[in-house]
Amino acid sequence: MLTDSDYSAIRLTLELAGLTTALLLVIGTPIAWWLARTRCWWKAPVSAVVTLPLVLPPTVLGFYLLVAMGPNGFLGQFSHALGLGNLPFTFPGLVFASVLYSMPFVVQPLQNAFNAIGDRPLEVAATLRASPLDTFFSVVVPLARPGFITAAILSFAHTVGEFGVVLMIGGNIEGKTRVVSVQIYNHVEAMEYAEAHWLAGGMLAFSFLVLLAVNFFNPQGKRVSP
Amino acid sequence: MKQIQLFAPLLALTCAFSAYADEVSVAVAANFTTPMKTIAADFEKDTGHKAILAFGSTGKFYAQIKNGAPFQMLLAADDETPARLEKEGATVAGSRFTYAIGALVLWSAKPGFVDDKGAVLAKGDFEHLALANPKLAPYGAAAMETIAKMGLTDKLQARIVQGENIGQAYQFAATGNAELGFVALSQVMKDGKIGSGSAWIVPAAMHAPIRQDAAILANGKGNAAAEALMKYLRSAKATALIKSYGYTVE
Repeated sequence: MLTDSDYSAIRLTLELAGLTTALLLVIGTPIAWWLARTRCWWKAPVSAVVTLPLVLPPTVLGFYLLVAMGPNGFLGQFSHALGLGNLPFTFPGLVFASVLYSMPFVVQPLQNAFNAIGDRPLEVAATLRASPLDTFFSVVVPLARPGFITAAILSFAHTVGEFGVVLMIGGNIEGKTRVVSVQIYNHVEAMEYAEAHWLAGGMLAFSFLVLLAVNFFNPQGKRVSP
Repeated sequence: MKQIQLFAPLLALTCAFSAYADEVSVAVAANFTTPMKTIAADFEKDTGHKAILAFGSTGKFYAQIKNGAPFQMLLAADDETPARLEKEGATVAGSRFTYAIGALVLWSAKPGFVDDKGAVLAKGDFEHLALANPKLAPYGAAAMETIAKMGLTDKLQARIVQGENIGQAYQFAATGNAELGFVALSQVMKDGKIGSGSAWIVPAAMHAPIRQDAAILANGKGNAAAEALMKYLRSAKATALIKSYGYTVE
C-alpha cells in the first residue's frame, strides 16, 4: 500500500496547502477588497495580473520562477539580500510559488462576495459611527463568509493539485519538495503502477469531496467561480 | 519542349520515390534529442522516408506504448526498457540493438568551477548538485554510482536535487540554481568540445555503461521506414554524428 515516502509526500502536501491558504487569506483579502471597491483605472491591469496564473501553463510560471529565483534573477538577488539564500529546491520557495499559483482562487471568490454586499450595509455602519476597520470585521467578513470558505477550500485544493510548477522548481527532495502529485508522477515513470493507483485514487476522492464541499457551502451555486 | 523532356525523368523519379517513401513515428529519449534531429533530417534527405520524432523520458514512453501509443520505433535511454518490451511481446523480436553508449559529465555553467578530476565534489564548495532521478533515468543512476565510488554519498546526499529527466537536471545547472550538475555529455557538447562553462568527463570505469537500445515496436512491423531508420542509425554517417556528441558506439 502506501510507503513511508508516500506518507511523507502527503504530510508535505498538506503543510504546503495549509500554509499557502493561510498566507493567501491574509494577502488576498485586501487585494480583493481593493478590487471590489476601487474605481481607479488600474483596477483592470491589477485584476488581470492576479488572474494570470489561472490561464498561464504551469510550465511558463515554473520556468520564469526558476530563472527569476535563480542566483542571477531579480527575486534570487532579493532573497539573497534578505539572507534567505536560494529559493528553488526549498520549502519556502514552494510556498512562494504556490501563493502566486493559487492567488486567483482566493481573490476571485472574495471579490465576488465583497461585490455582492454592495454599498448599503457599509453606509448603515458608517451612520452608526463604525470605523472602516470595525465595519470590515463586524459587517463585511460575516456577510462574505461563504466567499471566505469557498476561497479557502479552493486555494487548499488547488495547491494540493499543483504539479507543473513544483516539478520545475522543486528538485524532488523527499520531505522538502516532493509533494503527492510529483510522487504519483515518479511512481508512474518508474512503472510502479500499484503504488501510483493508491495515491492517484486518493487524490481523486479528495478532489471530489472538496468540490462537493464547495457546493455544500454555496447551495444556490452562487460564487463558485472561478 | 526540351525542358519538359529534361524534367520528365526527374518527375518519374519523384513519383517512384514517393511510392516507396514511408513514415515512421519514433519515441526518442530526451538525451538524444539534438543528435536525432540532425539524423532524422539527413535520413529524410538520403532515403526519402520521413521520421516523426517525439522526445521524452523512457519511463513515460513505456507507459504510453503499453497503452497503445502509435509509436513504431523506440530509441530508449537504457537497455532495460527495450528488453522488457521485447519480453512482453511489444517489439519486433530481434530488432533490438545498442545505438549509442552514453557518457556522463559533471558540469557547471561557471567557467573554471569544475576541475578535470572532479575534485570539486569532495571540496564541497557548492549548495546544490543536480542530477536526473536515479530511479527513472540511467544517467541519474550512473551519477549516484560515481558518487558512491568516490565515497561521497553521505556527504553529498543533502545537496542533491533531482530533475525528472536529464533535460531538467541540465536546466537546473544551466540556470545556476544548482552550481553543479551530472548531465549527459551530449547536452554540453558542441562541435566536438564542451560548449560553455566547465566540465569533468566522468571516466567510463566509474559506473556501469549507459547502453541506449533501439527497437522496432509491434506497431512498426513491416514498416519500411522503420527498418530503413534502424539500418541508417548504424551507417557510417550516423555513427560519426552520434560520436561527435560524445557517445560511443559498438
